[in-house]
Amino acid sequence: MKTLPAVDVVIIGGGWTGLLMAKELGARTSLSVVVLERGGERNPSDYPADMDELDYAVHHHMMQDFSKEPFTIRHSTSDQAYPLRELGSFLPGTGVGGAGEHWSGLCKRFVPNCFEAYSKTIERYGAKKLPDDHSIQDWGLTYDNLEPYYAHAERLLGTSGQVGNLRGKKIEGGNIFEGPRSSDFPTPANKVPYFSSLFRDATKSLGYHPYPNPSATISQVYTNTDGVTRPACTYCGFCTAYGCMIGAKAQPTTILIPVIKKHSNVSIRTRASVRRILHDGPATNRRARGVTYIDESGKEVFQPAELVFLSSFILNNSRLLLLSGIGEPYNPATGKGNLGRNLTHQVIVPAAMLFFDKPLNRFMGTGSVGMSIDDFDADNFDHTDLSFLRGGILRALSDTGLPIRTFGIVPPSVKSKWGAEWKKAAAYHYDRTASINFIGEHMAYKGNYMDLDPVYKDHNGDPVIRMTIDWRDNERQMVEFMTRKAVEIGRAMGAKEITPYAGLGKYEGTRYQSTQIRGGTIMGTSPDVSVVNTSSQHWQVPNLFVLGGSTIPQGDSIGPTLTLMALTLHAADAVANRYLKSPGKLV
Amino acid sequence: MMRRRQFLNLSVSTVGGVLVYSVDRKGFGILAQDKTLRIPLRFFNENEAVIVAVAASRIFPSDESGPGAKEAGVVVYIDRQLAGPYGRDAHRYTEPPFEDGPVEFGYQGKASPSEIYRDGLKKLKGFEDLSAAEQDGALKQIETTHFFSLLRRHSIEGMFSDPVHGGNIDMVGWQMIGFPGPQMSYFDDVDKHFGEAFRPKPVTLQQITGTKVVPGEDGK
Repeated sequence: MKTLPAVDVVIIGGGWTGLLMAKELGARTSLSVVVLERGGERNPSDYPADMDELDYAVHHHMMQDFSKEPFTIRHSTSDQAYPLRELGSFLPGTGVGGAGEHWSGLCKRFVPNCFEAYSKTIERYGAKKLPDDHSIQDWGLTYDNLEPYYAHAERLLGTSGQVGNLRGKKIEGGNIFEGPRSSDFPTPANKVPYFSSLFRDATKSLGYHPYPNPSATISQVYTNTDGVTRPACTYCGFCTAYGCMIGAKAQPTTILIPVIKKHSNVSIRTRASVRRILHDGPATNRRARGVTYIDESGKEVFQPAELVFLSSFILNNSRLLLLSGIGEPYNPATGKGNLGRNLTHQVIVPAAMLFFDKPLNRFMGTGSVGMSIDDFDADNFDHTDLSFLRGGILRALSDTGLPIRTFGIVPPSVKSKWGAEWKKAAAYHYDRTASINFIGEHMAYKGNYMDLDPVYKDHNGDPVIRMTIDWRDNERQMVEFMTRKAVEIGRAMGAKEITPYAGLGKYEGTRYQSTQIRGGTIMGTSPDVSVVNTSSQHWQVPNLFVLGGSTIPQGDSIGPTLTLMALTLHAADAVANRYLKSPGKLV
Repeated sequence: MMRRRQFLNLSVSTVGGVLVYSVDRKGFGILAQDKTLRIPLRFFNENEAVIVAVAASRIFPSDESGPGAKEAGVVVYIDRQLAGPYGRDAHRYTEPPFEDGPVEFGYQGKASPSEIYRDGLKKLKGFEDLSAAEQDGALKQIETTHFFSLLRRHSIEGMFSDPVHGGNIDMVGWQMIGFPGPQMSYFDDVDKHFGEAFRPKPVTLQQITGTKVVPGEDGK
């Protein structure tokens, strides 16, 4: 295997977190930095031609190629695992920018309570209220620690929204349940489309606290702290699964790549698929030597480096550590080991499908624009007399107007699924139907984790990740409760017919929920309970940092993108201000 | 392997500048009165194409509620998909072992979409000669099969995907439901027209971008 000239830093994966770290190191240090991205180049000027639902939202042209790199899945350790042969419940990106190019732009901070869900739950309800098989734990990092980094990330993205808690002062119209902000949103809230306005008015009349979704599809022209200027969103509706054709949606190729290109010490190699992190030294204090990867000509090469950042897709972070023999794999039978544990997703369901007698014009909107209520999120409401813990957000998005995936939904009074009656009803209801979504927290459990699959291999012959994941009664009862609330709101919105969500069964690998899986390389305050410390540094390999959703121990209900950027900026501070001055364990 | 070139023969008539394509279940030779458009088939043979066209028309009949699979050219769309990367499973993980799994983990079979169609269509021999009611009965018989679920899904795709893919001819599907296709901006309209239908004139991707778009089935 050929050894390439050594560099100071290798970053594995060119998505939000890897490129943000590259930008920070490029600006703050003179280190030589190489980003290795398995996919190809992306150019935002090509994005107008991507406004094609079939090729992008149905055939997933921006996503990980499952024909080469699938995952396997089972519901419990006593089940057999099967490959997810096609993309389904989550959609990892590939190419420069990763999933950050095709994300929806929902850009909310995590609620303070979720960073300490374990101790706060015990404090309020006692330990008995937690399910026996839970594995939630505090992050070791609080909202207050992260707040300055949230504010920094928002200034980069230009996030649009309406403040609900400014330095402790609650402000009606914003999300009064949010953590205290040191500063207002960089840009005002987006426009509110019709369906979302119905939700806002109805929830307000019911005594709830609707707020406009914080969004990275910005409401007005904005120049960020790096001098990158973006236009206002035009509400064209092509966000989730697409690159933004005008760059109004914050995406890595728009806000990070132009800045990275100014720094000659940072380079990006595309079609570079990392296979292993090489390491040596004693077990408790090892040193990453660099990485091996398959380059675009198909040859495997060794890239030596002094410092390695692992920032690939959530599941692939665990996979690369498992394949590289770094850290002790989690064993659900004994509870030993931490690598691979606390695999969680989000509970996302159409809680109430609403059928109106008026057109909604719902082709106008964005992936993130809409109204939400947090009255039943996290621990914002009393669970004493409820049969579940935690919660989530009820929301009315306005991004559901593209027809291939939404045509065919008919009210419960229509029984057929094809033919004249169905076609007539589906055509009539196409633009008169929309759902109140529930997006809930998935608690971490001892039995939900990932390891290497013993049977199925990727195109290089390496074992793929096996996910062991299912819902528990906590999630099922949460969904039942939220479905009742959604139906109540739907009635107040004036829906003529409503289909309540039928109930949460087993985890479905086929139904798209979100790409926001978490866990596997979780952070914490001790190597006994976590893979990385609160600066995202690997406990046993101090010159290895792990970035992204894999470091989240559990929760919150909402998508983590903004939190991952805040964690990356937090880690960049730790590296630039402390680690580089004295390389070694940061405590 | 070479195969004899197969064509889908469509009668063409122009109505107000809009091309209307029709596929008659009785076959083609006798159909052509004025002009016949011969669309080269990429995957189906003639008989398969007729069966698919007729079956898609039972899923989306042409009636007073709007145009159907016939006008949209759904069969042309499906033919192109099955001949392309999707049809041969270029993006699905197709390594063994293949074992039936729980429904939550999706289709686990070995057969590709093109193989599923070829096999499924064998079981619909003579379908095009049945009465409409008999055709519905025959489809009811296979309603729970993977083949039918693909046929239904692809019919929806052929009705509502961008015309660059071969279906949704003249945007008849989009016009029926009030979807205007890809548009550059709704900035001035997104918070107006509450409770009223706002229906901009539909455009295709090629019209709005002014460039030739290469669809995925042609190897993008």
